[in-house]
Amino acid sequence: MAEQISKPIPSPTHETRPYWDGCKRHELRIQQCAACGQHQFYPRLYCSKCFSERVEWVRASGRAKVTTFTIVRRPVSPAFKDDLPYVVALVALEEGPSMMTNIVGCAPEQVAIGMPVAVTFEDWTDEISIAKFRPA
Amino acid sequence: MGVVPHLSATQLYVKAAKLALDDAGITKNDIDGLITCISWAEPIMYHAEMIAEYMQIFPRYCMTAPSGGGTTLAMMHHAASAIMTGMCNTVLITMADSQVSGLSRDKAIEAMAGAGHPQFERPYGPPIPAFYALLARAHEHAYGTTAAQRAAVAVACRKHASMNPAAQMRKPITVDDVLNSRMIADPLHLLDCSLVSDGGAAIIMTSAERARDFKTKPVYLLGTGEGHSHEHISQAQSLTTSAAKVAGERAFAMAGLKPKDIDVAELYDCFTPVVIIELEDLGFCPKGEGGRFVEGGRIELGGELPINTHGGLLSHCHPGHPGSMFSITEAVKQLRGECGPRQVKDAKISFVHGQGGIMSTHCSTILGSERI
Repeated sequence: MAEQISKPIPSPTHETRPYWDGCKRHELRIQQCAACGQHQFYPRLYCSKCFSERVEWVRASGRAKVTTFTIVRRPVSPAFKDDLPYVVALVALEEGPSMMTNIVGCAPEQVAIGMPVAVTFEDWTDEISIAKFRPA
Repeated sequence: MGVVPHLSATQLYVKAAKLALDDAGITKNDIDGLITCISWAEPIMYHAEMIAEYMQIFPRYCMTAPSGGGTTLAMMHHAASAIMTGMCNTVLITMADSQVSGLSRDKAIEAMAGAGHPQFERPYGPPIPAFYALLARAHEHAYGTTAAQRAAVAVACRKHASMNPAAQMRKPITVDDVLNSRMIADPLHLLDCSLVSDGGAAIIMTSAERARDFKTKPVYLLGTGEGHSHEHISQAQSLTTSAAKVAGERAFAMAGLKPKDIDVAELYDCFTPVVIIELEDLGFCPKGEGGRFVEGGRIELGGELPINTHGGLLSHCHPGHPGSMFSITEAVKQLRGECGPRQVKDAKISFVHGQGGIMSTHCSTILGSERI
């Protein structure tokens, strides 16, 4: 855990707190607009499509597909050195929004664009769990 | 530029300013507008005001540009607008930083790691090359772009740098050298990535009428345009088409020119795949053809569209925010015919493109040796 302490631990804000509370319970939460139905991530005050203020928190299915990825060979900071090589990816959630994540639970070389993945959580502290994805 | 331990970041700004003033044959008292960018090595909140104070000039238009590789060209856009609306007459744009000597290489890389979203990107540990690797992989998947094609961009830049005594890296390289260099973030190798440097450059902009009084022949701003699509890569609407498309269309429309009219192009090359995407989005080749376009020496001196004739960020120097300044100074020198062995024959119109963030913020500028 000593290594993880120096990783950039997110500081939830009033706006993002429901997301992080969800992660803590190992639930992936995103927003949905009650006016137009659009899902969005990251969280915002208004719907980014119709600008309605009627955005509500919903639980996402946790299913996604890899849209692109890279295998990091030189870490961003020493805190990530033990993770090398690690996969940084963008995934498209089944509901539509895109997220950055790590693909875990398989060899980096097995990751491919279009690969179906499912959310999994890595507990960093008592308060913060990080949403990652593994092969579905 | 390159590695300049004997000058601080502030001194680099002011030295660049002095060189630009001497080149134009004017004095600092002729300057009534000043634009700078923030320095990482010497961060100061009211940076432009501090440079004005240091130089003891008292402009009526003073602005510190925020950040990123698109900044330089966007600031030319602002300066032109300020001159046209009468806010000021003659603007000094000076940009510099000391990223090697004022900031250690590891510190510079660590500072750049601050680019991602603090809650939704940084916990996943993406170094800057990883962000661009995501784009390279998506382009590869969509259009079959290859590692050798990306390498051709690095080879062209290095070839041009080998003819530029001011360039930081001048030893010619081959496609194999790029492919055999250390993998940083698949599919990007070390030689797909730009340099970390000290350096600065400055330009002076004024009205065409006033420029007639200067001792040096000016070049003319024919067109400029911007496009801004996102801040964080995870929010990009497309990974393969950027807002360079919008920026380029606006610049070409203002100039009344087309890509085929361009004699030389200085394209932002923080990583090799960026050049390939820019060539497509700016209309120099169809979408998806960028990989094939850069092959066969087409982007080298003597080719159909020589790019980055000074060596670019990949081989000339990359001191951070001021990176695009050297694209501008090179484009100006090309149009004045001052480039010696790397001169593009009869260069009359040059195209310069800068981008900042992760393909987030774009500005295109078209310069000409004559008014159109």
